[in-house]
Amino acid sequence: MTRFSLGKYLLPTYVALTFLFLMIPIGYTFVFSFNDSIKSNIIWRGFTLDNWLDVCDQAEVCTAFSNSILIAVSATAVSTVLGTMIAIALVRYRFKFRSATNLLLFLPLATPEVVMGAGLAAQFLDFGWPKGLPTVIIAHVMFTLSFVVVTVKARVATLDPALEEAGRDLYANPAQVFMKVTLPLLLPGILAAAMLAFALSFDDFIITQFNSGAVDTFPKFVYTAAARGIPPEANVIGSFVFIVAIAIVVTVQVRASLKRKKLAK
Amino acid sequence: MAFVALGQSTPQKQQGPVKTGRIALVLLTPGLAYLGLFFITPLISLITTSLKAPSDSGLIGRYDFAFELGNYAFAIGQYAPQIFRSFTYALIATVVALLISYPIAYFIGVKARDKPLLQGLLLTLVIAPFFISFLLRTFAWKQIFSNDSFVVNFLKNIGIFGPDANIIGTDFAVVFGLVYNFIPFMTLPIYASLDRLDIRLVEAGGDLYANPATTFWKITFPLSLPGVISGTLLTFIPISGDYVVASRDFLGSSSTAMIGNVVETNFLRIQDYPTASALSVMLMATIVVMVSAYVRRSGTDDLL
Repeated sequence: MTRFSLGKYLLPTYVALTFLFLMIPIGYTFVFSFNDSIKSNIIWRGFTLDNWLDVCDQAEVCTAFSNSILIAVSATAVSTVLGTMIAIALVRYRFKFRSATNLLLFLPLATPEVVMGAGLAAQFLDFGWPKGLPTVIIAHVMFTLSFVVVTVKARVATLDPALEEAGRDLYANPAQVFMKVTLPLLLPGILAAAMLAFALSFDDFIITQFNSGAVDTFPKFVYTAAARGIPPEANVIGSFVFIVAIAIVVTVQVRASLKRKKLAK
Repeated sequence: MAFVALGQSTPQKQQGPVKTGRIALVLLTPGLAYLGLFFITPLISLITTSLKAPSDSGLIGRYDFAFELGNYAFAIGQYAPQIFRSFTYALIATVVALLISYPIAYFIGVKARDKPLLQGLLLTLVIAPFFISFLLRTFAWKQIFSNDSFVVNFLKNIGIFGPDANIIGTDFAVVFGLVYNFIPFMTLPIYASLDRLDIRLVEAGGDLYANPATTFWKITFPLSLPGVISGTLLTFIPISGDYVVASRDFLGSSSTAMIGNVVETNFLRIQDYPTASALSVMLMATIVVMVSAYVRRSGTDDLL
């Protein structure tokens, strides 16, 4: 069909090999979560399920993990609400300072994390705010907000305004139109944005290190542990999160393709 | 379907009656005020901190505002190699990531276009690395390439490496780790551009007797340029500020330190906030120059 073809097998082979390369560290982390390690988890000593069954033997890993979840949930809740509001305004309303708004939302996406992390930490120093759980959550809302706006905005743009007009024609008040029409139609986009915000927050290290003080998070634990060797329990948590995330993505994709098939009929 | 696709590229025009007024203000104010308070003013804090001098009390970590421009001269004088190294690493890693990612994006966006199942599977594989902490992935590479590892021993046995050679701690290891971490960031935007590419334009090139290479450079590549530019920014910017890969506990050593490593050490370990801030301000200024070139090219509405 296309005239530009890199040989019939060359491109697919290249793609397969590159994907294999991308998967190597993931496979490695997964395999070494089953290592019967003694002190460090560098040399393979034999298969065991102990690391999976007693993750919290390594209490620090579990505390860090639960802190990460707590931070990600709180930050996601706030940034999803704020970001959705902005996304609706951007697509649906005309207002002054539009390009300034776009720029303000774009800048956090284009700023190196170390700059945002150090800047916020410098401000907390100026304010005299002690670093802790609240400052990490504040930081995470800040850097996830623009991602939420981008994701929800794409969904708002596909929304047919006629549906909301129909609601108004049927004498629904603005609040009812929003709750019964707009919000349900936007929900897939909002959910996608929330999942993205959660993933970004959960995996963040640099901004967190600058603004968390003594609070440990999972990535922070891994960074600190790297100096003396990362315990297999960290591999367990990493692998577990990976499996859950892949399961969610596959489910979403399968559901979407089933829906497409239904619509095609 | 075509209508939906059209609406996605120019959302504002597709919408019905555009309302103005108080509702927009109510929707925008909380989020934008938040960014003002926790993104913009911290940048100002960074600038003021970069101009502070040690306080008269002489206590460690205490500084007063003094318009001390000397901090910048000190930072440049002291850390010129790290500044230069950061941008060199970022440039090389971005180019290599582009070369590796483009064919993948092309395959997913163009070749796999008629096979939604394959396309979905490949896209999932591209983003799969995001689901496992990048610290764990980087540490896995460290172990794979550590001395006495299978890979290094093999290279020594077949004589490519001398007995004292090592991979970890070299420029190669750091650039390798950076490229690995940022391949998905490069692939996804290029894929998004190529996925929208109208295949008939490529066919027209062939019909007009252009050879495949000419068709690629005159049609496919220019049309994918927005994706290439976003991918380049999404890769170059985070790499220039990264300090995990180049850290001595991961793939680097003291001779691979980047700006990020210096900022981390100065800010979090020795509490030299002014120097750390001066370096951050210079990094940010470089990025702003790059990005403003991009904004002038594309306008603000396409930013998000």
